[in-house]
Amino acid sequence: MIPGTFVYHRPGTVQEAVALLADHGEEARPLAGGHSLIPMMKLRMAAPEHLVDLRGIGALKTIAEDGGDIVIGAAVTQAQAIASDLLAARLPIIRGTALQIADPQIRYLGTLGGNVANGDPGNDMPAVMQCLGARYVAEGPDGVREIPAAEFYLGPYATALAPAEILTAIRVPAPPAGHGWAYEKLKRKVGDYATAAAAVVLTLAAGKVATCAIALTNLGPTPLLANAAAAGLVGSNLAPADVKAAADAAKAITDPAGDGRGPPAYRREMAGVMVARALTRAAQRAANGA
Amino acid sequence: MNEMVITREQREARLEGMGCKRKRVEDIRFTQGKGNYVDDLKLPGMLHGDFVRSQYGHARIKRIDAAKARALPGVIAVLTADDLKPLGLHWMPTLAGDVQAVLADGKVHFQNQEIAFVVAENRYVADDAIQLVEVEYEELPVLVDPFKALDPDAPELRPDLAGKTVGAHGPRKHHNHIFEWTVGDRAATDEAFNRADVTIKEMISYQRVHPSPLETCQCVASFDKIKGELTVHGTFQAPHVIRTVASLLSKIPEHKIHVVAPDIGGGFGNKVGAYSGYICAIVATIVTGQPVKWVEDRIENLSTTSFARDYHMTTEIAATKDGKVTGLRVHVLADHGAFDACADPSKWPAGFFNIVTGSYDFPVAHLAVDGVYTNKAPGGVAYRCSFRVTEAAYCIERAMDILAHKLGLDPAELRLRNFVRRDQFPYQSALGWEYDSGDYDTAMRKAMDAVGYAELRAEQARRREAFRRGETREIMGIGVSFFTEIVGAGPSKNCDILGVAMFDSAEIRIHPTGSIIARMGSKSQGQGHETTWAQIIATELGIPADDIMIEEGNTDTAPYGLGTYGSRSTPVTGAAIAMAARKIKAKAQMIAAHLLEVSEYDLEWDIDGFRVKGNPERAKTMKEIAWAAYNSPPPGLEPGLEAVNYYDPPNMTYPFGAYICVMDIDVDTGVATTRRFYALDDCGTRINPMIIEGQVHGGLTEAFAIAMGQEIRYDELGNVIGASFMDFFLPTAVETPVWETDFTVTPSPHHPIGAKGVGESPNVGGVPCFSNAVNDAFSFLGATHIQMPHDAWRLWQAAQDLGA
Amino acid sequence: MTDQIPISITVNGRSVRRFVDPRLLLIHFLREDLGLTGAHIGCETSHCGACTVDLDGMSVKSCTMFAAQADGATITTIEGMANPDGTLSVLQESFRQMHGLQCGYCTPGMIMRASVLLRENPDPTDDEVRQGIAGNLCRCTGYQNIVKAVRHAAAVINGRPSQEAAE
Repeated sequence: MIPGTFVYHRPGTVQEAVALLADHGEEARPLAGGHSLIPMMKLRMAAPEHLVDLRGIGALKTIAEDGGDIVIGAAVTQAQAIASDLLAARLPIIRGTALQIADPQIRYLGTLGGNVANGDPGNDMPAVMQCLGARYVAEGPDGVREIPAAEFYLGPYATALAPAEILTAIRVPAPPAGHGWAYEKLKRKVGDYATAAAAVVLTLAAGKVATCAIALTNLGPTPLLANAAAAGLVGSNLAPADVKAAADAAKAITDPAGDGRGPPAYRREMAGVMVARALTRAAQRAANGA
Repeated sequence: MNEMVITREQREARLEGMGCKRKRVEDIRFTQGKGNYVDDLKLPGMLHGDFVRSQYGHARIKRIDAAKARALPGVIAVLTADDLKPLGLHWMPTLAGDVQAVLADGKVHFQNQEIAFVVAENRYVADDAIQLVEVEYEELPVLVDPFKALDPDAPELRPDLAGKTVGAHGPRKHHNHIFEWTVGDRAATDEAFNRADVTIKEMISYQRVHPSPLETCQCVASFDKIKGELTVHGTFQAPHVIRTVASLLSKIPEHKIHVVAPDIGGGFGNKVGAYSGYICAIVATIVTGQPVKWVEDRIENLSTTSFARDYHMTTEIAATKDGKVTGLRVHVLADHGAFDACADPSKWPAGFFNIVTGSYDFPVAHLAVDGVYTNKAPGGVAYRCSFRVTEAAYCIERAMDILAHKLGLDPAELRLRNFVRRDQFPYQSALGWEYDSGDYDTAMRKAMDAVGYAELRAEQARRREAFRRGETREIMGIGVSFFTEIVGAGPSKNCDILGVAMFDSAEIRIHPTGSIIARMGSKSQGQGHETTWAQIIATELGIPADDIMIEEGNTDTAPYGLGTYGSRSTPVTGAAIAMAARKIKAKAQMIAAHLLEVSEYDLEWDIDGFRVKGNPERAKTMKEIAWAAYNSPPPGLEPGLEAVNYYDPPNMTYPFGAYICVMDIDVDTGVATTRRFYALDDCGTRINPMIIEGQVHGGLTEAFAIAMGQEIRYDELGNVIGASFMDFFLPTAVETPVWETDFTVTPSPHHPIGAKGVGESPNVGGVPCFSNAVNDAFSFLGATHIQMPHDAWRLWQAAQDLGA
Repeated sequence: MTDQIPISITVNGRSVRRFVDPRLLLIHFLREDLGLTGAHIGCETSHCGACTVDLDGMSVKSCTMFAAQADGATITTIEGMANPDGTLSVLQESFRQMHGLQCGYCTPGMIMRASVLLRENPDPTDDEVRQGIAGNLCRCTGYQNIVKAVRHAAAVINGRPSQEAAE
């Protein structure tokens, strides 16, 4: 398993990276942590002629608060996210999810930007970002723009990023203190993609659901924002029937493939189970004020 | 310290002989990254070989165009079957009496089959060149379902065998039929079934899996044209056999072939056979005159170099209504893939599957095995088991549970009622084996006491009620298995590999100063032979283990042996070591008598030397004797102190064990959690308890992986599914259960030190234990038999099917 | 072919400058260019962790990284783990004492990973060790004695009596 040949670039700024990608067009690929791209290259399923390594761009490695948003640089690694006090306090779902991604070694190099940008429906962060109402900051030859996570994913490995655009940061509106969250991921073993996974972010008011967002991982060609399922819960007290209705509504929007993780019928059913468990856990956390 | 004040205990302890938890010698280099594995070897001018492989499961090759690859700078050669033909090496014999294509000869029989061998300056260029080889195929109908292999209209997979009505193991009844092997008394067995109060019948499948050691198969072949000598370093569990096979195939005289197996990164049966990579590397070094390295990658490993199991066992038991078994009838459909390349002793087409009567006193039994071809990778290796014993243990242990369920008896109780009793050993089984020793009842009861079996059953009953009331969605299973292994192949009267009898050997040489170098025909792949073999010698000869160097794997220096697999090292090589040591000891006694000026018969052995009976002050240590052996031997006795032993065991050994597993299964997701796993092993005399426990932990982990998720699957088009570590289930530390180990000791009566071998027992006993736990969990919902692997989706499906 | 590029890496305290092919994987650079064969190749798809080395304090799988990406980094491999006097370090010795290895193939990666784990969490529980080494596959030991070895090492480093005993 040996990758094909390529020219290696290590720009120091986003502008340089964008220029390189623009120059080389389809033949160029950005490289972040590399744990998605390099295995594909070793299998010769990807053969970019130019690799633009983003690890040299210091500006992409910060986590900061900006107004009501938490801004996570695209090159922030899963390990950095796990270690971040700011994320632990304000966006605990990101830490909770990062801990369920791959394994310790991969988390040292794998980046949040790479996880959300490469469009792999098996990646975990996209659903979480959709739940959080995040916006992706993209920089390209035509300047900087923001793309809502909810509108970013077009199909497997197909995203709203234009050619030569780089995702530079994720802007997450910080949910209110005391919100409930959960990322329930069913997988065969550490390092596996989800058989089914569900992200939930909700707030309670007087024991009833005030706001709720639900999104699903690896249950269709893209992450799936289960809007109808979530909307149905607002105002409810998450009684078993409410949870079941939400799970059923979420299941209805899934279109999982059959693979070693199970046939489509199983994975669809697990979508419902994960949603139900995520709702329960998120509600517990909200009730406990954490 | 003054020698005189050392106590007997201290003298004993400093030997670090048998029975002590000696720390491993190997670890000093392994913990520093100084192991010496095949891929670490770098010879001057070394080239790298790699394969072009088939995209299809079954196709005719219309054209291979390697011109572009040959033109790539750095490419030295591209070999195809046509290049090997003049040498007669485009096909090779398998251990099972079949032939196998080294490189596809006009046709591919399974996906990823070897088509061409690219030789290049390094592995990067070799990989580039592979992309440039064009192969044009004409697809053929694919056969992946062994149950359809013998259909009249099934595609003919092996036209090279057309018209061959008799194979290596008797008549072939169909173009995809390999052999039928029958054992036992069919008429008497049928009669037992006719008279039975109760019978059960179930088709029990053991899916295709793979041993997947962490290091893949690899070699470096180097031909010296001037001397006409071939050196092959490789991942060989049986280096001497590889030398003999290489000589027979290449026509290079055997003394001019040097086979070296350096440190091996796990074997588990994967590294017994001869693979295309070895042959091609050898041809390539002869052709180019430069060393050639071949290293398979993980996908190649999982999809080409062997597989294990793929046995489909229709199993019937006859019994009385009070739970006494009266007959066993098993028919196995064995899927061997494209070529019969099973790594069994040559006369045993289904290995020792006839141990299928297990630990139970079946008065009669009958077994028939049909081997068939399919468009899958060849192999059939003993993945951490003696030959097909894992399949047999799974078959009988599942079937016994099914019978218990039908009779309404507790599975442990049914076993207790049917065990071969202690006073029946040596026990002649209905299918032809003589079990050497055992105390099954004691082991089973000890296991049940250790886990609190009765309380577990009571808890299970309460939890089942709670489940029925809808208070929980979790079900609890208690798995019991009691296995009898058959290891130590084997007596030359019934075991050989391509005509080479399955003895093993040891050579021990004591140096004048009393230290030792010893060499064996076995080959450790992690079992710790450098540590344990020295312990046997230490006890036998009274020389501290630290003064004994063990060397294996170099066929120029080691005595001929059949290698390490099938838990045969301790039963066969271990015996050879003890016997060689005893030859030395006999000579040492003569020398000691000479030195002490007494008769040999006046001497007795005492820990580390001989002393005069009744006068223990007069003694000679082995160290003193060693010096004298070289420098002042008795008149007429040749100098020196060394011996070699080739040990042909009189019988197999029969380790056994009682395992109990407690499992909880979430029926909503199918996720199973092992709450507890207790393993009692009886491997006879225990040489190093620490290493035994380590072997048990490892074997149980592999059993867990097999039972709960491993599968090499093929789709209808013959595409191999899941041949990577993403999909092929190798559990991490997180999924792996915690193991509780225990033991009893029932020595083998025919083995010089009473040891039986243990490395594979936990895999043999572990798989049925996990599967029985799963099936036990679902039994109250009406399940009889749920097929492996028991991964989450399949358990969820089982729950669905049972209306849970 | 593409142009070779210069890289400068500190490996086991030694500064190394080389020109490398951009596609050269770090594992091959270490094993074949530098002769540091302790890190092994097990799966090539970043699942098994046999190739794990310490890169700037992080455990990384060197089969899934280009040598070019490591330019400027400080790397420690298993060959750099023994004490300066050549004796086994506490962690290495713990693996031996607790029988935390058999074939030895996963061991260098396992020890390199465990060393970073102990730096980040000097006194891990069994579960934390298991989570911490979940990126390293072992086919021989069933992990139980590896977990013991890591916890034993922690106890020794923390100057407290070890609860662990090899079975």
